[in-house]
Amino acid sequence: MAYAKKESVWGIDAAAIGAILVIGMFLALFGISRALEPAFAVQMWTMFAGLFAGVVGLVGVLGADRTRPPSRYENGVIKAGVIASMFWGVAGFLVGLIIALQLAFPNLFYFPEWGFTNFGRLRPLHTSAVIFAFGGNVLIATSFWVVQRTCRARLAGGLWPWFVFWGYQLFIVLAGTGYLEGVTQSREYAEPPWYTDIWLTIVWVAYLLVFLGTLWKRQEKHIYVANWFYLAFIVTIAILHLINNLAVPVSFASWQSYSLFSGVQDALTQWWYGHNAVGFFLTAGFLGIMYYFIPKQANRPVYSYRLSIIHFWALIFLYIWAGPHHLHYTALPQWAQTLGMTFSIMLWMPSWGGMINGLMTLSGAWDKLRTDPVLRMLVVSVAFYGMSTFEGPVMSIRAVNSLSHYTDWTIGHVHSGALGWVGFVSFGALYCLTPWLWKRQRMHSLALVDWHFWLATIGIVLYITSMWVAGVMQGLMWRAYNEFGFLEYSFVESVEAMHPYYAIRALGGGLFLVGALLMAYNLWRTATSEAPDHERAADVPVLAPPVAAE
Amino acid sequence: MWTWHKWFERHTLILVIGILVVVSIGGLVQITPLFFIESTIEEVEGVRPYTPLELAGRQVYIREGCYVCHSQMIRPLRDEVERYGHYSLAAESMYDHPFQWGSKRTGPDLARVGERYSDEWHRAHLVDPRSVVPESVMPPYAFLADAEIDAANMDRHLRANRMLRVPYTDEQLANAAIDARAQAEPLGSNAYDFELRYPGVAVRDFDGDPARVTEMDALIAYLQMLGAGVDFSTYQADAPENER
Repeated sequence: MAYAKKESVWGIDAAAIGAILVIGMFLALFGISRALEPAFAVQMWTMFAGLFAGVVGLVGVLGADRTRPPSRYENGVIKAGVIASMFWGVAGFLVGLIIALQLAFPNLFYFPEWGFTNFGRLRPLHTSAVIFAFGGNVLIATSFWVVQRTCRARLAGGLWPWFVFWGYQLFIVLAGTGYLEGVTQSREYAEPPWYTDIWLTIVWVAYLLVFLGTLWKRQEKHIYVANWFYLAFIVTIAILHLINNLAVPVSFASWQSYSLFSGVQDALTQWWYGHNAVGFFLTAGFLGIMYYFIPKQANRPVYSYRLSIIHFWALIFLYIWAGPHHLHYTALPQWAQTLGMTFSIMLWMPSWGGMINGLMTLSGAWDKLRTDPVLRMLVVSVAFYGMSTFEGPVMSIRAVNSLSHYTDWTIGHVHSGALGWVGFVSFGALYCLTPWLWKRQRMHSLALVDWHFWLATIGIVLYITSMWVAGVMQGLMWRAYNEFGFLEYSFVESVEAMHPYYAIRALGGGLFLVGALLMAYNLWRTATSEAPDHERAADVPVLAPPVAAE
Repeated sequence: MWTWHKWFERHTLILVIGILVVVSIGGLVQITPLFFIESTIEEVEGVRPYTPLELAGRQVYIREGCYVCHSQMIRPLRDEVERYGHYSLAAESMYDHPFQWGSKRTGPDLARVGERYSDEWHRAHLVDPRSVVPESVMPPYAFLADAEIDAANMDRHLRANRMLRVPYTDEQLANAAIDARAQAEPLGSNAYDFELRYPGVAVRDFDGDPARVTEMDALIAYLQMLGAGVDFSTYQADAPENER
């Protein structure tokens, strides 16, 4: 009876998704017929092909046998998310290595005939691939896992989670191929053009509704702390995305547009977005991962329930203010700069509150760090989180920023957070999820996990130390005066001085990529070669949610 | 004491509303005043909208991702002012949709690069950066010299800007396609009318190729006007209307 009801719901979701796909296909064809630029026509063909593939997939799903009752939890879409995460991760790290090599060896890695391989086009490809393609898929996959287990409810929305997954992949492909064609609106970490932004908005609203729908269906009284963070991430990213991408297109048949705001207002809007892409995409979302996977893997409860409450609300309140520290000493009014600096320093506290809550969860289980490389990866990620959330407030101080801004110190800071925190916590979560999803007892090879851990750690250390030296050196060279009171160095001397550090950075990035390739192999072997383990055939029971002190 | 929090933990809607309220405050307090406090943008003479050719060049600048390595924002620090020129004012980017302040200097700041180098230098540098600066790590942009600009659609670009209150005149709008070419054809029949519509703007064959108006023309025209606008004799940093 219950199942019959579910099937009628399936019909509605399929019809609605089908309608979105078909309308999108018509709009794409219209765009192709009127395209003002060749690049726009290519983008619309890509859009059309993606939506057409979606229709084929939808018909395939509807044609399949659906007499079997659905499983307790929706795992298929999470499996797809794990595969996509690993794929985009390797792709994004590879592009990062290529652009690092371009700066180290420009004579070898630039091709005058191939403008699309120039640094300016590949750099947004790298940042979007690692943040939105790799990070985004990890967030979607883990949030779908966590919300189901901690709510003891199946994902809401029937086919909608699949729409979210594939719609998000289409967003990635549209954005990524667009960068190679030069399709960008030049807003850092928000480069995709207006139509890709609209598509992402549709996908994101579906994501929010699937997540909320699952929370509403929950069999638990309390919403588990990891879900607060996921929810804050989804809601805030929606607001940031909508406001930062407001623009007037040149035509509805052109990829080009002009942003609604200009100059100083545009700059602050962009960095309000940019810093909170860090704060909510790369921090709040991944803290959700921390709050589920570390207690789970350590088999210990979260250290402090009250600390998690304080640090959640303080973190999301303070983060939003921090954007102006990207604009110190610029034409942004000083009162705004000072506000941004002040809140950035205060932000240190909730950040470390989160770190303490993550690390202290290991209380009584520290010995596991010796034997469990997956847990070690998760814990080291939290250590890197603590390090970069200390470095960030320091760099937001105006006097420090006068030296560090515009230099490679910023690049090093970003990567200690991105490689150390986001990378490692994601790797840890994927190493947990793969055996759980494919019903294996453990990873194919723990030794390979160990290798991955050490290669990546050495890679990160090479990366961030070389960028520290490079950045501080740039800053000092730019402001150095000789004894006659003239500037000591020409700009290009500072470029020349970077060469060894750019080479070391590329080596560090190379090690990180090799580690990720070992991981991809290890996940592949885990999922395919070992016989299913029937002991784990049943789903793992949920963690006990935190109990409110009555 | 902690029981109040169960309201957020047990009711999804209350949690969502709580998040919305908490994350909205900072942005509202910081960003909205910038649209209303008049001293946010200084009163100066000389800042003008881009010509169609410069605007096309700016779109090339954006398309190629120049902003990922070059800033256009000189900070009021002694070494920067001596290296690059007067520190940047908010007024100088008031017609920039979007702003191009940048965040990284893998290459030097470009806010006042205009008329510092010759057109020939820019051309040689863009075609093969290491031919003029051996230590450079910049990519080559020779292909710009082979791509003609899309002059026919420049009126749409100007119209989009005028919707955003960039003060283009009806005449400038109507002649956008002609003007885009005229600025790079000093011997052409439209050069005189162009100079009437955009007084004081450089009219030159920027890329040295008289036969075509290319993206190289457009990009160099844009680079050569950067920072040239403001008449700093009219700017008083300590005037009350500029206190910020």
